[in-house]
Amino acid sequence: MSAITRDEVVHLARLSRLALGDDELDHLAAQLDQIISAVARVQEVAAEDIPPTSHALPLTNVYRPDEVRPSLTPEQALAGAPAAEDQRFRVPRILDEEA
Amino acid sequence: MSTPTVMKFDEALAKFEPVLGIETHIELGTASKMFCGCATGFGAEPNTQVCPVCLGLPGSLPVTNHAAIEGIIKIGLALNCEIVEWCRFARKNYFYPDMPKNYQISQYDEPLCVDGHLEVEVEGETYRIEIERVHMEEDTGKSLHVGGATGRIQGALHSLVDYNRAGIPLVEIVTKPITATEDKAPLVARAYATELRELVRSLGVSDVRMEQGSMRCDVNVSLMPRGASEWGTRTETKNVNSLRSVERAVRSEIERQAAVLDAGGTIVQETRHFHEDSGTTTSGRSKEEAQDYRYFPEPDLVPMAPSRAWVEELRATLPELPAARRRRVQGEWGLSDLELRDVVNAGAVDLIEDTVKAGADAATARKWWMNELSRRATEQGVELAELAITPAQVARIQAMVDAGELNDKLARQVFEGVLAGEGAPDEVVAARGLKVVSDEGALSAIIDQVIADNAAVADKVRSGKVAAAGALVGAVMKASRGQADAGRARELILEKLGAS
Repeated sequence: MSAITRDEVVHLARLSRLALGDDELDHLAAQLDQIISAVARVQEVAAEDIPPTSHALPLTNVYRPDEVRPSLTPEQALAGAPAAEDQRFRVPRILDEEA
Repeated sequence: MSTPTVMKFDEALAKFEPVLGIETHIELGTASKMFCGCATGFGAEPNTQVCPVCLGLPGSLPVTNHAAIEGIIKIGLALNCEIVEWCRFARKNYFYPDMPKNYQISQYDEPLCVDGHLEVEVEGETYRIEIERVHMEEDTGKSLHVGGATGRIQGALHSLVDYNRAGIPLVEIVTKPITATEDKAPLVARAYATELRELVRSLGVSDVRMEQGSMRCDVNVSLMPRGASEWGTRTETKNVNSLRSVERAVRSEIERQAAVLDAGGTIVQETRHFHEDSGTTTSGRSKEEAQDYRYFPEPDLVPMAPSRAWVEELRATLPELPAARRRRVQGEWGLSDLELRDVVNAGAVDLIEDTVKAGADAATARKWWMNELSRRATEQGVELAELAITPAQVARIQAMVDAGELNDKLARQVFEGVLAGEGAPDEVVAARGLKVVSDEGALSAIIDQVIADNAAVADKVRSGKVAAAGALVGAVMKASRGQADAGRARELILEKLGAS
C-alpha cells in the first residue's frame, strides 16, 4: 500500500497553487511515496523515550531586545515586486469572478 | 441572492438558544515588530517599515521580540490563564497577498497561555467568560482594493498591499463557547469586549484602539433549537471594529440565523462580514474551500520555555486590574451601582481618579466629568478622554471655585476656553477677565449705577414691590458680565432701596 495517494497529491498541488499535469502527478506521486516511505523508516528507529523534535538545536528562549532597526527604503522594498503602484505592491485580483 | 430575512429578536430567543464564541486580536504596542527590528508606528507612509524578514525574502530569519512575549504573558496572567512551560510557534500556510511569506507565524496546538477566565457584568448579573487560549502571532499587511465598489474586495480588479503592518506582534484571545446568556447574548458579547479592552489597556501593553484596528473582534454565533442538546452550525463574523458593533453583530446574526432555521434552511459554516452602515452581516466568500492550513512547527524559531521565575516576576508587575479598581473607587467615592456603571460606561474612571489625585474632591471631579464635560464630548462626537483638557486642569478650575474666585457659571466659561485651545485655566481666566466680583466696593458701585440707570424700577422697589428687584439683579449680572454674586447683589439692592 502506498504512503500517499494520487488524490492526496492532487490536493497538495492545489493547496500549493501548482498546476500539475497528469504525467507530472503520476511521476510526483511515485516520488513522494518513496520519500515518505524512507522517512517512515526513521520512525521505526525512534524509541518511546525519544520525543519528536522540530529543531536540530537543543535551544529554547532565543529572544531579541525590542529595539527598532533601520528598515528598507520603499524603493528597495519594491525593487523585486512584479508590479507596484502608489508605493504599494500591486497584486492581481484576489477573488475570482462570481460563478 | 434573495434578500435575507430576519426574525424579530424576541421571537428568535423564544425558539432558539444562542451560543457565542469571541476571538479577539490585539496588536501589542512594542517599538519593533514581532520577528524583526522594523518600527510599528500607525499611519506611516506605505512600505516604509519593512525589511527582508517581514517581507519574507529568501535567506532572512525571524528572531522573537522579548517585549512581545512579556506582553502576552501579562495578558495571560491578567486573564487568569496558565502560562505553559514549553511551547512552539507554528506555520499557518495560506495563499493570500496580505502575508508575503505565504504563511503566518502563529501558534497552533501549543498556545502560550491556556484556561483562563474573565468576569463581566451585564445589568447587575455577573457572567464568567472562559478563555480557551491566548496565543502569539504576527499581524498581516493591509490591502487596498481597486476597481470595485467603495474599496470592497468583491469586484475589485486588483489590489495594492502595504506591508507596514505585516509582522506587528498580534495576540489572539479565544473564548470557550459562551452559553446560557439568553437574551443578554449581544450585551454579554459587548461587555466582554469592553472588559477585555479595559484589562489590556490597564496592562499598558497595547493602545487597544478598535477604530485603528489595534483591537479587532471576530464573533462566532450559533443557534440551538429550544430543547435540543447539540449546538448548531456557527458562523464567524469578521470586521467587527467597535464595541457597539460587537453587540449589533451578535444581534443581527441571531435574527438572521433564526429566520433561516425557522424556514427549514440550514446554516452554512462560513465567514461573514459585518457592515457598520446597515448593522447586518453578509456572506464573506462565495465559494468557500475547506481551509487546510497545513500547520507545522516553525523550523526557523526555537521553542519558548518561560521560566516560572520569569512568569512570577511578570505577575508581580501587574497593576491593579479594572474590576478590583472599580470596586475600590466605588467605595472611595461612595457611588451606587448605577452611578459606578455610568462612570465606567463614560470611560471616566481614570479621568476622575486623576482629577482627585490632582487635588479635587471626588464628588466635584465626578460632577464636572459626568455633566459639563460629557455634554461637550457628546457635542464634539469624541470620547471623554479625547477632550482637550487634562484632569489636572479640571482640578485647577475646581480649586478656583473652592477659593471663591470662580462660581460654577464662570467655571463653565473656563472649561469652554480651555477646550477651545485658549490655554491653561489661569490663562483663560486672565484673558477673559473672569473673576467673581466679591469686592463689595466694586459690586456696590455697579449697583449704584444700575439704580441710577433704572430709576423707575428702583422707585417701584422703594414703594414695596420687592419682586421688581429681579430686573435690577439681572442688570447687575449683565453689567458685571456674570461675575457678580447674584444673591449678594440682591441683598445690597434691597438694602440700598430701603426694602429689606
